[in-house]
Formats: sequence, C-alpha cells, structure tokens
Amino acid sequence: MKTSGLRIATRKGLFFSSKKNNWKLGEPSFLGDNCSAVLRHPVSNAIYVALDHGHFGVKLHRSRNDGESFSETATPAYPPHDDDAEPWVDMMGRTIPDSLQLIWCLESGHADQGERIWAGTIPGGLFRSDDGGDSWQLIESLWDDPQRRKWFGGGMDFPGIHSILVHPERPEDITIAVSCGGIWHSDDDGNSWSNIGEGMEAPYTPPDVANDPGIQDVHRLTRCRSYPDQMWLQHHAGIYRSEDAGSHWQQVENVKPSSFGFAVAVHPQNPDTAWFVPEIKDEHRIPADGRVVVNRTDDGGKSFSSFSNGLPGPMAYDLVFRHAFEIDQRGEILAMGSTTGSLWVSEDGGENWQTISNHLPPIYALRFE
Amino acid sequence: MAIVNFTQNLKRHVNCPETVSEGTTVAEVLGKVFEQEPFLEGYIVDEQGALRKHMVIFIDGIALKDRAKLSDPIPREDSEIFVMQALSGG
Repeated sequence: MKTSGLRIATRKGLFFSSKKNNWKLGEPSFLGDNCSAVLRHPVSNAIYVALDHGHFGVKLHRSRNDGESFSETATPAYPPHDDDAEPWVDMMGRTIPDSLQLIWCLESGHADQGERIWAGTIPGGLFRSDDGGDSWQLIESLWDDPQRRKWFGGGMDFPGIHSILVHPERPEDITIAVSCGGIWHSDDDGNSWSNIGEGMEAPYTPPDVANDPGIQDVHRLTRCRSYPDQMWLQHHAGIYRSEDAGSHWQQVENVKPSSFGFAVAVHPQNPDTAWFVPEIKDEHRIPADGRVVVNRTDDGGKSFSSFSNGLPGPMAYDLVFRHAFEIDQRGEILAMGSTTGSLWVSEDGGENWQTISNHLPPIYALRFE
Repeated sequence: MAIVNFTQNLKRHVNCPETVSEGTTVAEVLGKVFEQEPFLEGYIVDEQGALRKHMVIFIDGIALKDRAKLSDPIPREDSEIFVMQALSGG
C-alpha cells in the first residue's frame, strides 16, 4: 500500500499529516482531548482513536468517513468485581484495579478476519472485537492465567499490554508484550497462552528473578513482516533480537550512545535492518548530550550508525515513546514524534529528517496510512 | 424522584440534559437516566459501577458517601442531584 499520510495521536488531539502536501498538518480532531492510540483498519478503512478523558474515563471512537466525523463505540470493560476473589496485588504490594485505565495499543486482526480489532490495555488486559468495536471480549484465558499476577507496572502505575503482533500468515498466531510482564504467545487464536522469551535479563530486580521471562520490562516488540520469526525488541535494559519468533533472545551489546529507549522499528522486508531512538537510562530519560539521534543497524545488530541530520541538539530533550516511531508498509518512510511535540519524517532510511512541527502537543502514537 | 443536572464540561462529550428521574437511591435514579443515554454511564461510573475517581455527586448539596455503589438515599420527591467534576486530577 502506498503511503498517503500519517495519523498522529497526541495529548491534545488527533492530527493528520498529508504526504502529498509535503507532510502539511491538517485540522485536528478531538482538539483538547487526550488521544492514547490510533488505528486505520486495513479491511474496513475505518479510523479508530482511543481517548483518555481523565475525569470521564477511557473511550473509543470510530470514523467511517475518512476522519470527517467520529462516533463513540463500545469500550473494553473488565469483568464484574468479585468481592470473594483474591485481589491482584503486584510485587510492589500495590492493588491493581479491575477497571479500564488506558487503551495503550490498537491493532487490526488478520486481513481474512473482517473488522477484527485487538486492544491492549492498562491494567494488563487483552481485548478483541470482531465487529469493528461495537462489542468487546476480554481474553479470559490470559486474564485468568495465574502467572499474569506477576506482572507489575513500569513507567505506568499498573502493568499494560503495549505490543500485539498478529502473524502475517497464520491469523491464529498472536504474540503480545507486557510492561512489565514479558512476552506471551498463543497459537490457537488466544484460547491458551505461553510465556516465552528466554535470554532477557532485568538487572534492576533481585538476582533470583532477573531472568524470569514473566517479569521482563519489554518496552516495545516488533517483527519483520516478510520474515515473521525475526523479531526485535527494546527492553528496559537494552536491545534484543530473536530469530525464532520470540522464544529465545540475544542481547545486542555496545550500542552508542545508549541502548536504552522505548521505540523500535524493523524493516518490513529486511530483518537485519532495524532502528532505535537512544536515550540515557534510566531515571533521566533524555537524549545523550541533549542531541536527538536515530540509530540504525543494517547487519542484524553487529554495528550501528547514528543519524542526526535534521534532528535537534544540543539542548534538545525530546523523548520518543514506544508507539511514536513508525515505518511505513513499504519500508521507505520513517516517522518519529516526541514528548515535546516535535514531529519528523525521513524518506531515506533515517539518514536525513524533515521537521513537520516542533509545536504539537506531546505525541503518543503515530500510524502511517 | 430527583432532578438530575450534569456538569457543562460533560455536555461537550455526550448528551446529558437536565432530567427528572425516579428512584430511591442515587444508583436507581442515575440507572433510569442511563437507560435513555447508554453512553452517558461510562462517563460517570466505571465498569464496576463505582463513581469515577475525579467525579463528585451532590444530593441536595450533600456529597455522595457511597462512591462504590451509589446507594445514598434520595431524601425528597424534589431532590436535586448534581453530577460534577471534582477539583482534582485532569
């Protein structure tokens, strides 16, 4: 699919940047409202936007007319509270609520599955809609898994599902990632789940649990579309690569200026090419030396090049969140949005960047369409 | 029975005119309102029926006590319920 533009979910509205107009920004939708996730559904062409109204809760809206107007749909809901059930208390001793706090990511199902949508939420819910958002089902097999109770919040107070990967050839094959709760895989359309991901290490936890796959703080998980077993992830403690669909991971060492970050993108046809946005870990979370750079490897992580042409610094403190770094379907265009409202596009593999705006609200999520 | 009013800020998002509704508790009164405006419910209570953290309800000027189940009684036939934002969060 040829890219026509970029949908931009921000703290204060949903924006669109048009490629044919040199990425010029159009009038926003939901101006003033907190947009946490956005999806252009490839089957129906509908646009979905998740809102976090704060006082008024989390909502989901849908447009079937190219963003001209939106209407509210159903919202994922957690099962009725059971006073007799043991409360979910995380390893920090915090009680996790059984009510929707945030829709953190939205993904379409396989092209053969109509208008199926997956939603990853905080706290720790995976939901599926088979009717374009008119109704939602909690994936109870995952929610009821006792291992799920090990999950805990990372940057957010409560654990959340931020990455959902549907296998491009096998619709029933789904892999998700949790912060903090590692990687989970289902090969039967979500009826059963396995916690996978040997090889990751969480050095910020006690040594006896540091290698437990079920507590890893994966920041973002992605896979190469043409070679789906080839995956990359940005972890709280570094960069990892898997060549067996996430079962085993090898850490990529010696990445300059840093291997910390939130975002990762992989080329859709070339699994050896991946991009990262390095930040200083971990309490700082700012670019090294105040310079925004994008790192790219073309050899599977053996070496990296840092690109800064068109990006700000020194004295630049843009942070790029996990859903605000995207590559288009052809692997030709990259887009990056920051917490300080900067938006950049690169049309040459990340080597040169064009500024679209330095004055948007904090950017949470980008989607090419 | 009670007269129910909603904060102006809510009207930007969802239809919620002043309305008269029946019931002996706040939950019952609002439940009748939500039957007419199904999307309104999720703006005021969460999926467990609890009042949202940064919302507040006054019944004849007295703040709602039971934020979990909204079981506070409606004192009079002409009681007034105000559904408002708390001055917190955002």
